[in-house]
Amino acid sequence: MDFTEEQIQRYSRHIILPEVGGKGQKKILNARVLLVGAGGLGCPVGYYLAAAGVGTLGIVDSDTIELSNLQRQIAHNTERVGMNKAESAKLTFEALNPDVKVIPIKERLNKDNIMDIIKDYDIVVDGSDNFPTRYLVNDACVLTGKPLVSGAILRFEGQVTTILPGEGHCYRCLFEEPPPPGLVPSCQEAGVLGALPGVIGGLQAMEVLKLIIEKGEPLKNTLLIYDALSAQFRRVKIPKNKNCPVCGENPTITELQDYEADYCQMRF
Amino acid sequence: MEEFKPDRTINIKGLICPYTFVKSKLAIEEMGVGEVLEIILDYPEASRSIPKSMEDHGHKVLKVEKINDTDWVILVRKEHD
Ligand SMILES: [Zn+2]
Repeated sequence: MDFTEEQIQRYSRHIILPEVGGKGQKKILNARVLLVGAGGLGCPVGYYLAAAGVGTLGIVDSDTIELSNLQRQIAHNTERVGMNKAESAKLTFEALNPDVKVIPIKERLNKDNIMDIIKDYDIVVDGSDNFPTRYLVNDACVLTGKPLVSGAILRFEGQVTTILPGEGHCYRCLFEEPPPPGLVPSCQEAGVLGALPGVIGGLQAMEVLKLIIEKGEPLKNTLLIYDALSAQFRRVKIPKNKNCPVCGENPTITELQDYEADYCQMRF
Repeated sequence: MEEFKPDRTINIKGLICPYTFVKSKLAIEEMGVGEVLEIILDYPEASRSIPKSMEDHGHKVLKVEKINDTDWVILVRKEHD
């Protein structure tokens, strides 16, 4: 595949990097990335991946846009309140870059549909806002060997980690089971300052691009924690746990399970 | 002076930076290690920036020469993939 003149112009700031070049840009154009969620994190991740020229972006989201989303979910807009988030993200990202094919998947992930959805993608990005989905995506990626770039945000703090099944830790190496619903912060505590997902989503997008061009050090066996109020980053080592129920030596989870989503149902 | 025979020639007259380097880089990426790329250009700044950028990328600049009132020719040998 040769670049068009438009592509040479669009991606010139990539091509002139020794670590990317035309070869790296072709890898980006051929990459297939699945975003779980088109909310606070999915919006900036998808925005940057679309701008970078990731050729295929699958976006899973069954929710519709609400006014309360727009304080941080930057791919959507006021006119689109009521529209499905994956559809809205498709409009925004394809307008930014016609090289990108966005596939909206207007479903809620569960143990019966996730394998069929992720099989078409090289890398999975978790920007979901609930523990049942987070554990389901982790397990599906470990069982299928797909790299997973996971992000989470709450109030003024965010976390990013990159799970490379077989090579490094997974989410369950750290927390074997989702927290019981009572331990999950209540809805009133679930505020988030609007730019925080931009920081964390930007880091997730960077991790994805590094995986695609195969340069640098992924956040393997590492949780990167950002505290916005003190403006500090911390790196926490997460060793691979040999007793991990999904990626350990004697896994007890060999097929997917759903966790009940009876956590806070209030919508933000 | 040793003469180097180019394996490939690109004419990027009319292009300005950074596209001068973008085009040169895309050309050299497609070549084999040890092959020589000849670049013909007329953007004065690029006659200095392309040799520097090529060396930053680890390639060998064999020649930079002004060949007439407007044009330069640069020869670069690809040193690695
Ligand atoms: Zn594990």
